[in-house]
Amino acid sequence: MKYATSPVLTLTLPVWRSRLLAFAFVSLFVVLIARAGYLQGMHNDFLQAKGESRYSRVIEITASRGRILDRNGEPLAITTPVKSIWAIPDEVKISRKQIARLAELLEMPAQEIDKRVTDTARDFVFIKRQVSPETADRVAELRIPGLFQNREYRRYYPGGEIMAHVLGFTGADDIGQEGIELAFQETLAGKPGSRRVIKDRLGQIVEDVQSIKAAQNGRDLVLALDTRVQNLAYSHLKSAVEKHRAKAGSIVVVDVSTGEVLALANAPAYNPNKRSRLSGAQFRNRAITDTFEPGSTLKPFTIALALQAGKVRPNTLIQIAPGGFGIGAATIRDTHAERTLTVAQVIQKSSNIGAARIALSLPAASMWEMFQHAGFGAAPNLGFPGEATGKLRPYRSWRPIEQATMAYGHGISVSLVQLARAYTMFAREGDMVPLSLLRVDAAPSAQRVIAPETARAVRAMLELAVHSGGTAPRAQIMGYRVAGKTGTAQKQENGAYSSSRYVSSFVGFAPASNPRLVIAVMIDEPSDGLYYGGTVAAPVFAQVMTGALRVLDVTPDGPMTPIELPSEGDEVKESI
Amino acid sequence: MSKSTPILLAILTACALGLVTSQHQARKLFAELEQEQERARQLEVEYGQLQLEASTWAMHSRVERIASRQLRMRVPDATRLQIVKPESPAQ
Repeated sequence: MKYATSPVLTLTLPVWRSRLLAFAFVSLFVVLIARAGYLQGMHNDFLQAKGESRYSRVIEITASRGRILDRNGEPLAITTPVKSIWAIPDEVKISRKQIARLAELLEMPAQEIDKRVTDTARDFVFIKRQVSPETADRVAELRIPGLFQNREYRRYYPGGEIMAHVLGFTGADDIGQEGIELAFQETLAGKPGSRRVIKDRLGQIVEDVQSIKAAQNGRDLVLALDTRVQNLAYSHLKSAVEKHRAKAGSIVVVDVSTGEVLALANAPAYNPNKRSRLSGAQFRNRAITDTFEPGSTLKPFTIALALQAGKVRPNTLIQIAPGGFGIGAATIRDTHAERTLTVAQVIQKSSNIGAARIALSLPAASMWEMFQHAGFGAAPNLGFPGEATGKLRPYRSWRPIEQATMAYGHGISVSLVQLARAYTMFAREGDMVPLSLLRVDAAPSAQRVIAPETARAVRAMLELAVHSGGTAPRAQIMGYRVAGKTGTAQKQENGAYSSSRYVSSFVGFAPASNPRLVIAVMIDEPSDGLYYGGTVAAPVFAQVMTGALRVLDVTPDGPMTPIELPSEGDEVKESI
Repeated sequence: MSKSTPILLAILTACALGLVTSQHQARKLFAELEQEQERARQLEVEYGQLQLEASTWAMHSRVERIASRQLRMRVPDATRLQIVKPESPAQ
């Protein structure tokens, strides 16, 4: 058959068929274009996000917690990354040999590991937390399936128990829980950030797309503490607390010119690096959070007020004996034989009657004002958690007997830090600066409380108190002139004063010619038979002061002769 | 079709290839930078650990213990001390 005559060529089809086909194709194109338009235009965001998720990642940028340093830049608290090792028991494939090796690396019993990894009832189990990075690397080399590692942080305190109460510690999440760690959490804590990056097939970051939030490392905190002084303070306090079988003890060392706390320690302490099985009471920084009735250490304030008001002069005679000093129904007694004492001797020999008589010659309002200016009854504003304010009742409610006993430190309660600060009034020329736990670079502005002459007069009296004839000859140190005051107070028990439980204290400063340091020592309930502040607390003061002045290179201002202590019977006993 | 078209085409191709190479280079360099930054972080961690170790060894209580027990050192007593005052008062 010839092509030209092929019947197919002559075949005529209806026109609608080609039209239909054309229409079908056109509409298919329209659908395609519409779909493309929809994907490109309206559904764009979703698709873009899907695409990005294939290669772009948001990664967390960790921020480290700031260090805590002492005033000379020695690290007191450092955070370092450690690993936690955990397992998914269902996925673990481990041989006997591997368990033994793992046990050896992690220093834990093999049975324990075996028990944990075979506990398939759980989806997740920690094998060990806070493992050092080196150990963790060796564990990783074992390549045990189902065993994983996580990065976590641990804070170390190289000073251990020496600084424990000041620094406090952080919890598992690197958040401060006690002490400086809690007080300055805002400063120390870092703020983690995040950024969006592009990763390649191998998981390497090839491009930084955007920084969503910049990470902010925690700032370092420089404390006023001097590690050397702190070490002296803690070790001498600790041995005194042990020697006198006391319940507790505290010590505060303050720089006179700047108000910086160079050392602050409590005994017994704890090791912040290993603190399981410890209770809240052991964490308390007693020097700041606990108050006690100070006893005779408060006498100089009343005397200073009387001198300031012109009521007495240092050589004014005060009648002490015979008998006690009756105020209403109560009688104040003294253990001294003398009939009269000068005002200076009232401090030197710590006479209660003398202090009470002087107090009653003063208006209650001005005495209250004096105590308040000295910082009693108000928190010392160190920024430390749980600062005690102490008890100072308003003067309107004082009865005469109360005003008299307050002169020698009863019926009023203070914390050791408040007491140390109050004595800076005498160590300085009658003015006071706020205390600081952080290093102070510029001298803070001082507030005047008493006249410089008054401060000097009281200083001279306090110097007498540490010489033979005073209550604290054991506070003397070789090469320096010392001034200070003892305190021995009975503790209150069910509203009455106990005759067997005492608080022994000593507050003093040196060198007396130009004071550099104030040291306050408090020993709570010494129970080896000795309880006078002059025998229990004063020696701690002397030991710490000797060491601290040497460490700080303070020029001696006293004779370089060995110290003579009065013989047993001749010692002046303070009235309690 | 003008004469310059093949030339422009060649330039365009060259540019495109250049872009690809430079992008690749940039990514390689960036990955390297990332690694170095990671190393810096690692070193910082190590520095912290070394600092910790140094201060643990240099703890005053430990130095004191070694000085007094092993080296038998002690603070000289007052009779053997002499204070030297500078001739002109130090300012």
